[in-house]
Amino acid sequence: MWDIIVNATPQLVVAGLKYTIPISIVSFLLGLILALITALVRLSTKKGPFRILKAIFRFYVWLFRSTPLLVQLFIVYFGLPYLKIAGIAPDGIKLTPLVAGIITFSLNTGAYCSETIRASILSIPKGQWEAAYSMGMTRSKALSRIILPQAVRVSLPPLANSFIGLVKDTSLAASITIVEMFEVSQQIAAENYQPLIMYCLVAALYAVACSLLSWLQGYLEKVTSRYVTNAD
Amino acid sequence: MLKLEKLNKSFGEHRALVDITTTFPEHQTTVILGPSGSGKSTLLRSLNLLERPESGKYFFDDDVFDFAEGISVKDTLNIRKQTEMVFQGYNLFPHLTVLKNIMEGPVQVLHRPKADVEKEAHALLAKVGLADKADVYPNQLSGGQAQRVAIARSLAMQPKYILLDEPTSALDPELELEVLKVLKQISTEKRSMIIVTHNMAFAREVADKIIFVEDGHILFDGPNERFFKTDNKRIADFISAMTFANI
Repeated sequence: MWDIIVNATPQLVVAGLKYTIPISIVSFLLGLILALITALVRLSTKKGPFRILKAIFRFYVWLFRSTPLLVQLFIVYFGLPYLKIAGIAPDGIKLTPLVAGIITFSLNTGAYCSETIRASILSIPKGQWEAAYSMGMTRSKALSRIILPQAVRVSLPPLANSFIGLVKDTSLAASITIVEMFEVSQQIAAENYQPLIMYCLVAALYAVACSLLSWLQGYLEKVTSRYVTNAD
Repeated sequence: MLKLEKLNKSFGEHRALVDITTTFPEHQTTVILGPSGSGKSTLLRSLNLLERPESGKYFFDDDVFDFAEGISVKDTLNIRKQTEMVFQGYNLFPHLTVLKNIMEGPVQVLHRPKADVEKEAHALLAKVGLADKADVYPNQLSGGQAQRVAIARSLAMQPKYILLDEPTSALDPELELEVLKVLKQISTEKRSMIIVTHNMAFAREVADKIIFVEDGHILFDGPNERFFKTDNKRIADFISAMTFANI
């Protein structure tokens, strides 16, 4: 058993470093940007045509939270090539597996994180806005200087949850032919007929990666909470 | 000079302010008194535009604004820079140190040089008796200390008017006293202050002018001495209740 583990681990780790981790990080960062934009648009007090934009973002969040991630991956990778738009994409939208994966993971995680960010902004007491407004701050200045720095602290644990979830969900990329960690474990299991060992091994590697993230989360929480916890 | 003319503000069916007309003289301390829910806080918050009355005119020095027509964002920011609010719940920024709380407005809103502002912030902290608290976070302060920092924060903006919304209502008497001492000191410096309070002894001590509000109407508007000698039955009853004269 040990030589199977010793032989397979480097291949899995390489696949993890090459695909699982980069896909997770890039998708999460893109997703976070999208989430912040979505949250701010949805919280905006602007009226008029802006309400259409709000409706679009609300629809986006609903769509990606209401459908399975695996189905989303299939639509983007296998489905979009059949979406022929005259003038723009007459031959359908063909994406490489990696691009399709990153787009889908970003959109999916963005939808979830936007709700986290929206709730964390709403959780900051009204008095903080009023104190900022009282000194003549604009809404955007109050947001960037006073509200968001506090919201970051509140949103950190749930955002870390989303990130950890995303790392594990990237295993679904195997289904759109990305040779990430789980795909490699399947290939090796098909060769050595040791599915139990192989899948336990890959599970352990996911657990290691996620544990590192939990540790990072704890560290960030400590840093962002220094103004709360250092009371003596 | 700050002046209001026929100010009206409703919350749904409830008319919080009805045809309020009054002035808030410069370099004087105006105290707004009245029972809970009378509209006195709404009146104060309207001056800072945290509440938007439906109608009425707002005179600030040579400018006139009409609430019925709305006040532009630019004018709003301008008015707010000159009228600083001190809240009952302090509303210090918990993620910034005491010093940074005081520097935030002058640096971020008035765009003044950091070094100057920092020097002033230290001086203001000394003034409110908290020179040693510059680098602590607000959650390490007592209520009285937090409110004194909030007062220093409002002074740092060098506003024309300082608006205080029940600044000591959340404090026990000892802590209240330390805040009142600071406010008394500021009032003797002939700054323009408008204070909503329930503390009659303090009102009597610092007020140049008193406004008494009930059910959204002004029942009294005049100098301090006259208020406490009024023959208006309702106001006399209020004073006697608030000073526990007939316990």
